[in-house]
Amino acid sequence: MSGRTLYDKLWDSHIIRDFGDGTALLYVDRHLLQETSTHQSFVALRESGRAARRPETHLAVPDHAVPTVTRGGTISDPLAAAQISALQKNSADFGLSYIDLEDERQGIVHVIGPEQGFTLPGITLACGDSHTSTHGAFGALAFGIGATDCATVIAAQCLVQQKSKSLEVRLDGTPQKWVGAKDFALALIGQHGVGFAAGHAIEYRGNAVEQMSMAARMTLCNMSIEGGARVGMIAGDEVTFEYLRGRPYAPQGEYFDEAVAYWRTLASDADAVFDKSVTLDVGSLAPYVTWGTSPQDALPVFDRIPHPDDAPNEGEARRWHRALDYMGIHAGQALEDISIDRVFIGSCTNGRIEDLRLAAEVAAGRRVAANVSAIVVPGSTSVKRQAEAEGLDRIFIEAGFEWRHSGCSMCVAMNSDRLEPGQRCASTSNRNFEGRQGRNGRTHLMSPAMAAAAAIHGHLVDVREVVA
Amino acid sequence: MTPFTILRSPVLPVLEDRVDTDVIFPARFLLLMQRGEMGRYFFADQRFASDGTVIAEHPVNDPRYAGAKILVTGADFGCGSSREQAVWAMTSFGIRCVIAESLGEIFAANCLRNGVLAITQPRKVIGALAELGEPVEVDLEAQEIRAGTVIYPFAIPPAHRERLLNGWDDIDLILANEGDHLATFEARQRLLQPWLYGAHHD
Repeated sequence: MSGRTLYDKLWDSHIIRDFGDGTALLYVDRHLLQETSTHQSFVALRESGRAARRPETHLAVPDHAVPTVTRGGTISDPLAAAQISALQKNSADFGLSYIDLEDERQGIVHVIGPEQGFTLPGITLACGDSHTSTHGAFGALAFGIGATDCATVIAAQCLVQQKSKSLEVRLDGTPQKWVGAKDFALALIGQHGVGFAAGHAIEYRGNAVEQMSMAARMTLCNMSIEGGARVGMIAGDEVTFEYLRGRPYAPQGEYFDEAVAYWRTLASDADAVFDKSVTLDVGSLAPYVTWGTSPQDALPVFDRIPHPDDAPNEGEARRWHRALDYMGIHAGQALEDISIDRVFIGSCTNGRIEDLRLAAEVAAGRRVAANVSAIVVPGSTSVKRQAEAEGLDRIFIEAGFEWRHSGCSMCVAMNSDRLEPGQRCASTSNRNFEGRQGRNGRTHLMSPAMAAAAAIHGHLVDVREVVA
Repeated sequence: MTPFTILRSPVLPVLEDRVDTDVIFPARFLLLMQRGEMGRYFFADQRFASDGTVIAEHPVNDPRYAGAKILVTGADFGCGSSREQAVWAMTSFGIRCVIAESLGEIFAANCLRNGVLAITQPRKVIGALAELGEPVEVDLEAQEIRAGTVIYPFAIPPAHRERLLNGWDDIDLILANEGDHLATFEARQRLLQPWLYGAHHD
């Protein structure tokens, strides 16, 4: 019998009952809540008269609808204000920990979970948000759920889940300077398609992964969902354990050592067999950008926009035509000739301090192009404070970027941070769907360094040429 | 939850691939908090121009499909964000069954939680259902789609089928049937990983 994968070990260790048909009742150790996906969960719980089974396993924070221009005082959008105060009241009524908008620990759920040590190796973690895959970077089984499932987790601490197949994604090689996790994610999806990981749980492995910081690992796992996988994981190692040591919700003292000893046993066995395997040599990779309205419309920045006649099939050709039309670009156009109006640096994909440092390195001593409006939105208030302590805010402001308060902002465009119809944005977020950043807005996905370079030049550009 | 047994209805064809949840229910409407008002924003940015004008060509607005409870669509329907609002917008619009070439995983799970039958069929069957021009009957008990003289079988995990047929809700099922297993699991885990049970400080 072959060995077990990380996914097998996480799955097996959380089975309450195996139904024998590929599904099991799975225990959920930790649950993060945000304002937009949970109100109906509490409505349902109240209707059925249910309480929280283990209130201490939940952590709630507003991030989706929050304004980023100002912090403190009244929120001008009454709908956003109502949603945020509903989360606060719901948390209080059910005894769940709530981090207030003005709290220093506030931020995007997928940034603050790790920051607070709420995210740990070996656990199952659920959240009403598809980018919950981010937490898999810690060797956790983390997945997005809908509002009804959030209610089930609160009342029963478990969910019926279908076990996925396993997919090994091997990243080997040493990337060039200015090429990183975001480029790896876009290259994988660009080369293999948005469905390449559908029905699978990804484990990222290989020497390139071992060299990555926790922030980079989170970026990579974050975009697993864009490849069709609900789960993306990296086994915990020294980098993971050192990141967690001393964080508020992490085990302390002897419990930490005991936990680390357990966490070490979770890596995939040497003889584990994956259902599918994909490899990427990151050493030869250039920075990637998207041109269309699906994350798989990704190409190296020096490339040209493809022609629908060259699409792999008729359906895809039709989609490319529509995407070119929506994006206001044409086949054969050089990606670097695409001018932009807006720049967004932030999100649960790329709003961490490491991301802001890279963007600031590009922005330092340069100016945002005259026709471009650019914002930097830290992923959490802690990230914002850290960046300010390092002087990154000054670098951005002097270069002509706006320095905002933390939140999901222009990634989900629920607040006033959104594109006007026809505007084009260089964005470090995760989705370039039609209307994602505002009705008829046009999104090009890329890394923080690439977005900063685009801000300075006013068009898509290879960051390696900007800082050469 | 309303049980799903046999559904007879015209079909609403949205024959596109990769219709994501941002298209089904644009993010700016996520500020709404009442499920019942979400149906009017189902496919909002494709059905209405920026000034609110109805775009008559969109199938969701097409009077030929008025009252349809069965949505027929392409590959990867419901991919993207986990927003259950996409399902609520769909049910509040009147859809109870989705037949797609393939489905976003979280979206499919959300359908099940809301008593919506979401199943897959090959591309050619999708095309045939869309072009039939008469009501289709979806029989969950028999696991078949009856379209005119043709019968297409469909697969569904037995547990999902049973839940939908009975209109069961997860929390009721778990607490009624699994309470002992759950308590046993917690007692064992508390011994093995005490740091997950509040014993994380010295």
